[in-house]
Amino acid sequence: MNAILPSPATLAALVKIGLLVGGLMTAAAYLVLLERWIAAWVQDRRGPNRVGIPLTKIRLFGLGQPLADGLKIILKEDFTPKHVDRILYNAAPLVILAASLAIFAAIPFGSVLPPLGIPGLPDPVPFLVAPGLDVGVLWVFALSSIAVYGVLLGGWASNNKYGFLGGLRSSAQLVAYEIPLGLGLLGVVLAAGSLKLDAIMNAQAESGVWYAFAQPLGFLVFMVASFAEAARLPFDLPEAEQELVGGYHTEYSGIKLLLFLVAEFLHMITAAFLIVIMFLGGWHLWGVTGSSQEVTWVGALARFAILSGKILAVIVFFMLVRWSWPRFRFDQLMNLAWKVMLPLGLANLVTVAAVEEFRPQLVSALGPVGAKWAAIGLPWLVFLVGWITAGILTPSGTDNTPIRTRDPLDIERDILHHDDRRRELAGTP
Amino acid sequence: MKPTDPAITWLEEKPLGLTERLYLPLFIQGLTTTARHMVSPKVTVNYPDERPRVGNPLIYRGVHRLNRDPEGRVKCVACFLCATACPAHCIDIVATESPWPDREKYPESFQIDELRCIFCGMCEEACPVDAIELTSLLDLTGKSREEMIFDKEKLLSVFDMTKDAEPMKSAALGGTL
Repeated sequence: MNAILPSPATLAALVKIGLLVGGLMTAAAYLVLLERWIAAWVQDRRGPNRVGIPLTKIRLFGLGQPLADGLKIILKEDFTPKHVDRILYNAAPLVILAASLAIFAAIPFGSVLPPLGIPGLPDPVPFLVAPGLDVGVLWVFALSSIAVYGVLLGGWASNNKYGFLGGLRSSAQLVAYEIPLGLGLLGVVLAAGSLKLDAIMNAQAESGVWYAFAQPLGFLVFMVASFAEAARLPFDLPEAEQELVGGYHTEYSGIKLLLFLVAEFLHMITAAFLIVIMFLGGWHLWGVTGSSQEVTWVGALARFAILSGKILAVIVFFMLVRWSWPRFRFDQLMNLAWKVMLPLGLANLVTVAAVEEFRPQLVSALGPVGAKWAAIGLPWLVFLVGWITAGILTPSGTDNTPIRTRDPLDIERDILHHDDRRRELAGTP
Repeated sequence: MKPTDPAITWLEEKPLGLTERLYLPLFIQGLTTTARHMVSPKVTVNYPDERPRVGNPLIYRGVHRLNRDPEGRVKCVACFLCATACPAHCIDIVATESPWPDREKYPESFQIDELRCIFCGMCEEACPVDAIELTSLLDLTGKSREEMIFDKEKLLSVFDMTKDAEPMKSAALGGTL
C-alpha cells in the first residue's frame, strides 16, 4: 500500500470527524434559530421569519437567519479591553470550544453501518469517531470538566467583577452538580456493565427496557444535573443577565463571544446526547429498529434518524423549560444539589446495585418475566418514596416571608426620630 | 403609603401543600402553559405584508386630515382654537379674509409638524366646525424633517384619500360634534 496515504481506518475516522464537526456547527447555528423561534412562540410572537436566500425575496420561514447572525457577529469589532490578562483572555474561548468539541469523539451518533467490504477497515463501521475507546463515559466527563476551565479562565482573565462573579458561580455550580450527575450515571454503568456509550445503547436495545423506565430516580437526577451542567435555565446563574450583565463572557465581543456561545450550545447538545443515549434508549425504538449489530442501509439510517429525533425532542424540552421555570436563587441551587439531588442519587445507586446483585436470586424466585418486572418495580417504589420524602422535608424550600418582629409603627417612629436627629445635627455648626 | 395605612391588608403566604412541595406537578403545570402558548395564535402582525387591525377607526388617533365641506372647500374657519389647544405647539395657521360669504376668515396656510405632534387629539376636540380630524392611518414615514411638515394641500389630500373609508365624525357616527 502507498505509504503516503493514511490507512482506511484513519481515513474513516477523518471522514467521521469532518461529518461530526460540520454537523455540530450547523446544528448549533440552527439551534440558535430554534431557540429564538421557541422563545417567540411561547411569548405569542412569530420569531425570525424574514431572512431567506440572500439577494432574493424568498423567505423560507427565516431559515437564512443563522447565516445572517453568524456573519453579523463575525464582522463585529473584536475588542480587547486594556485591563485583561491577555494570554488567558485569548485562551479561554479556545479551551471551552476545543473541550466541548472533543467530547464528541466518544459519543456515538448512530448505530453501525452495514459491512462496506473495504480492505483494511474493520466491519461493521460504527457511528463513533473513537470506537476503540473503552472509557467513553469517563472521557466525556473528564472533558466536560475541562470545559469548565474555559468559563473560569474567561471570568478570571476578564478582570471584571461581573465576569469574576460569573466564573465563581459557575465553578461552584458545576462542582456541586457533577456529583449528582455522576451518581445518575453510575446507576446506568452498573446496569449496563460497560463504560462504552455504544454498549450502553446496545444493552437497552437488547432488553427493550430503557434506563429511564428502569431507573426513574437516576433519570430525574441526571436530567436536573445535566440542566445545571449545561448552565441552562433554571440554572443559568453563571450568566444571569439581570444580575451579571453577561457573566463570565461580559468582556468578550466579536468572534470570541461567538466561540463561547457556540460552546454553550454544544454543551446543551452534549447533555441531550447523554440523556438520550443513557436513559432514552439511544437509537432503539420498539418495533422499528432491531437490536442486532447486523443492519441494512435502511436500518442504519433509521437508527440514525431515531437518535437524532430523540435528541431534537430533548433539546426542544430544554428550550421549553427555559420559559416555564424561573431561575433559582444561588442558595436554592446549592440546597437542591447537596440536600436533594445527592441523597436521591445515592438512593438510586444503592437500589440499582441491589437489583443487579440479586438478579440471579430474583430470576430463580420469580422466573425471568417476574424478575424483569421486579427489577423495574423496585426502583419505581424507591423513586416514589424518595421523592415524596424529599418533598415533605423540602430542605430546598426557603421561607421568603418578611420577618416582622416589630410593630410597623415603632419602625416608623424610629425613622422619624432619626430624621429629626439628623436635622438637629445639620443645624448646629 | 405608610405601613400602618388602613387601606393595606397584610396577607400571610399560605404554607405549601404536598403537591407544591413535590415540584413535579407544578412543573408539569408550567410546562403545559408554555406548550399551550407555543401553539396558540400569535399576537404579532406580519407587518407590512399584513396590516394591523385598527379596532375602531372613529376613535383612532393617526395622521391628521383637513375636512372639506360638500362644495369641496376647506371647512376650517381659521379660529386658532386647535393651535391654542395643541400642547405640542405643532399647528401653524395663517388666517386671511375669507372669499366666501358664509364665514369671515379662512386659512391661507395651515401647517402641522407631524414630528412634533403627540397625537393627543386635542385639536380634534377643540375644533368648533369639525374641520380637523385624526384618521386611522398609522404608518407615517418620511425621508426628511421638511417632508414631515404637512401643509394645507397635503392635509386636504389626506381627507380625499380617507373620506370613503372613514366618514367624517358626525355625532351620529359617535364623533364629537
